[in-house]
Amino acid sequence: MSAAQGPPLSSGMSGGQGLRLTLRGIGHAYRGLQVLQDIDLTVAPGEVLALVGPSGCGKSTLLGIMGGLIAPAAGVVEAHGAVADDCLNPITYVFQDFALLPWRSVRDNVALPLEPHLPRAARRARVDEVLALTGLDAFAEAWPRELSGGMRQRVGIARALAVRPACLLMDEPLSALDAQTRTLLLEEFAGLIARAGTTTVYVTHTLSEAVRIGHEVAVMSRRPGRVRALLRIDRPIEGRRATDPDLLAMEARIWAMIRDDAATAERERVDAAD
Amino acid sequence: MRRIDGAIAFRGGGFAPRARAWAAAGTLIGLVALWQALEMAQLVPTLFLPAPLAIGRTLWALTVSGELWKHLSASLLRLAVGWTVGTVFGIAVGLAVGLWSALRSPVMAVVAALFPIPKIALVPLFIIWFGIGEGSKIATIGFGVFFPTVIATAGGVDGVPRGLIRMGQGFGLPTWKIVRSIVLPGALPAILTGFRVTSSIAIVLLVAAEMIGAERGIGAFILAAGNLYDMDALLAGIVVLSVLGLAVAWAIGVAERVLLRWR
Repeated sequence: MSAAQGPPLSSGMSGGQGLRLTLRGIGHAYRGLQVLQDIDLTVAPGEVLALVGPSGCGKSTLLGIMGGLIAPAAGVVEAHGAVADDCLNPITYVFQDFALLPWRSVRDNVALPLEPHLPRAARRARVDEVLALTGLDAFAEAWPRELSGGMRQRVGIARALAVRPACLLMDEPLSALDAQTRTLLLEEFAGLIARAGTTTVYVTHTLSEAVRIGHEVAVMSRRPGRVRALLRIDRPIEGRRATDPDLLAMEARIWAMIRDDAATAERERVDAAD
Repeated sequence: MRRIDGAIAFRGGGFAPRARAWAAAGTLIGLVALWQALEMAQLVPTLFLPAPLAIGRTLWALTVSGELWKHLSASLLRLAVGWTVGTVFGIAVGLAVGLWSALRSPVMAVVAALFPIPKIALVPLFIIWFGIGEGSKIATIGFGVFFPTVIATAGGVDGVPRGLIRMGQGFGLPTWKIVRSIVLPGALPAILTGFRVTSSIAIVLLVAAEMIGAERGIGAFILAAGNLYDMDALLAGIVVLSVLGLAVAWAIGVAERVLLRWR
C-alpha cells in the first residue's frame, strides 16, 4: 500500500517505487552472546516498518546489518528495486546521536555526502532545497553546537534527504530529544517520509512513535532478538493522530506483548552491542 | 537533632581558572623591571648577570649592524624547513598508524624505541649521513619533531568519535573522503596541541645543532659569545630565542582560534 499523500517533494525525491528490503535468516552474535536469531523480514517498497522491542534486543544491530555497517554472523539482506538517477546513496541512515561534524556549519554538514558526486552549484541547490524542506533555511550558517537537539536532528534528516535515498534507516532518531520536541519532530518526519514515499525502517523503543509512523510494526523479543509479531496498520501515515483510538489500542497490545521482556531485559547486564 | 536557620551559603565557586593576557604580559615586564632594579641598586654585580638595559643596548647594536639578522635568518630557515619536514612526515605516519592495523603496532614499536633518544646525541651521526651543512641541522630538527607529531596525530585519530566515521561509511563516502573530511579535522585539535610541543623541541634542537659546525645561526652566535665570555651578547642571543618561542606560541594560538572556531 503506502499511497504517498500529497504532491511529491521534487522530481527525484518521489522514490515512490522505492526499494524492497528482504532479510533472510539474519543472526548475529557479539562476544559470544547471541544478539539476533533467525530474523526474516520484508519491507515493501515505499512502506515504513517500525521496529520495536525491549532495550538490548538488537534493534539497532539489525539496522546496522541492513545498512551494511555490521556484517551479520548469519543470513543475508537483499535490496531490490529501481533507484532514481539522482539518488547518491540508496540506503541512508539517520542517527540517534545525529552524527553531525561539529567543525562544519549546518549547510556544510548537509553538503558532505554530496561532495564526492556533485559540483558546487548543484550541491548548493540541493542543500538549499532540503534546508527549506526541514525549516532550516535561517540556520544554514550556524554551527551544530549552536542548535537545539531538535534542530540538530532536522539537520540529520536534511542530510539524509539530500542524497535522495531509496531507503531510509532511522536509528531511534528522536530518543536523544525531550518529550515535546519528540512529538513535534515525529509529526514532521512522518509528513516528510510519507510524501517522499521512501522505504523506511524506523527503530524505536517508544511504542507511540512506532504506531504513529509505521505501516507495519515488527515487535522483537528480548535477547536473542527474534521477530515475535508483525502488526499492520492499514491507514495512510499522514492522516494519523497520536490520539487515534486504533493506534492507542495497538500500542496497548504491543506493550502487553513486550512488557515481561522489557522488565527482564531491564535487569540484565547491558554488555551486548545495541 | 540540630536546627538550620538562615541563608544558604554559596559553595559552588573555584575550579575555573581563567586566562588573563594582561597578567601574563605584566608578569614578564615586572620580572625584567625587578631585574633591572636589582642591578641598579647594585645588589647583583653586572659581571655576574648583565642588566636588561645592557642586554638591550647590545641587541640594538647587533640589529643595526645587521649581525643579528645574519644569524636569525639562517636559524629561521632551518627551523621552518626542519619543523615542516618533521611535521608533514609525522602527520602522515600518525594518520597511517591511526587508520591501519597493519602499521599500528610495528610503527608504534619503532616510535617508542626511538622517541626517547635525545636527538642531540645523534647530531654527529646526522653529520655523517646528511653532511656538515644544512642537511644535518634540518635532520636533527626534523627527527625531533617527527616522533611527537606521530604520537599526537595517532592519538587525535583515535579520539575521533567512531560514530562520525560510521556516518561517513553509511553515506558511502570513499575512504579518502572520510580521512580528508572526518578523520583529519577530528584529529586537528590534538595535532595543534602537538604543535605547541614540537615547536619548542624544534627551537631547542636548532640551537644544539647550530653549536656543532655552524658559522651562522643563533646557536653559533651564542656559542661564540660564550667562548669569549661576552655575557651581554650571550644573553642577547638568549633573549632572541625566548622571543622566538613566544612568537611561535602566539602564532599557534592564532591558528587554533581560526581553525577551531567551531568549538
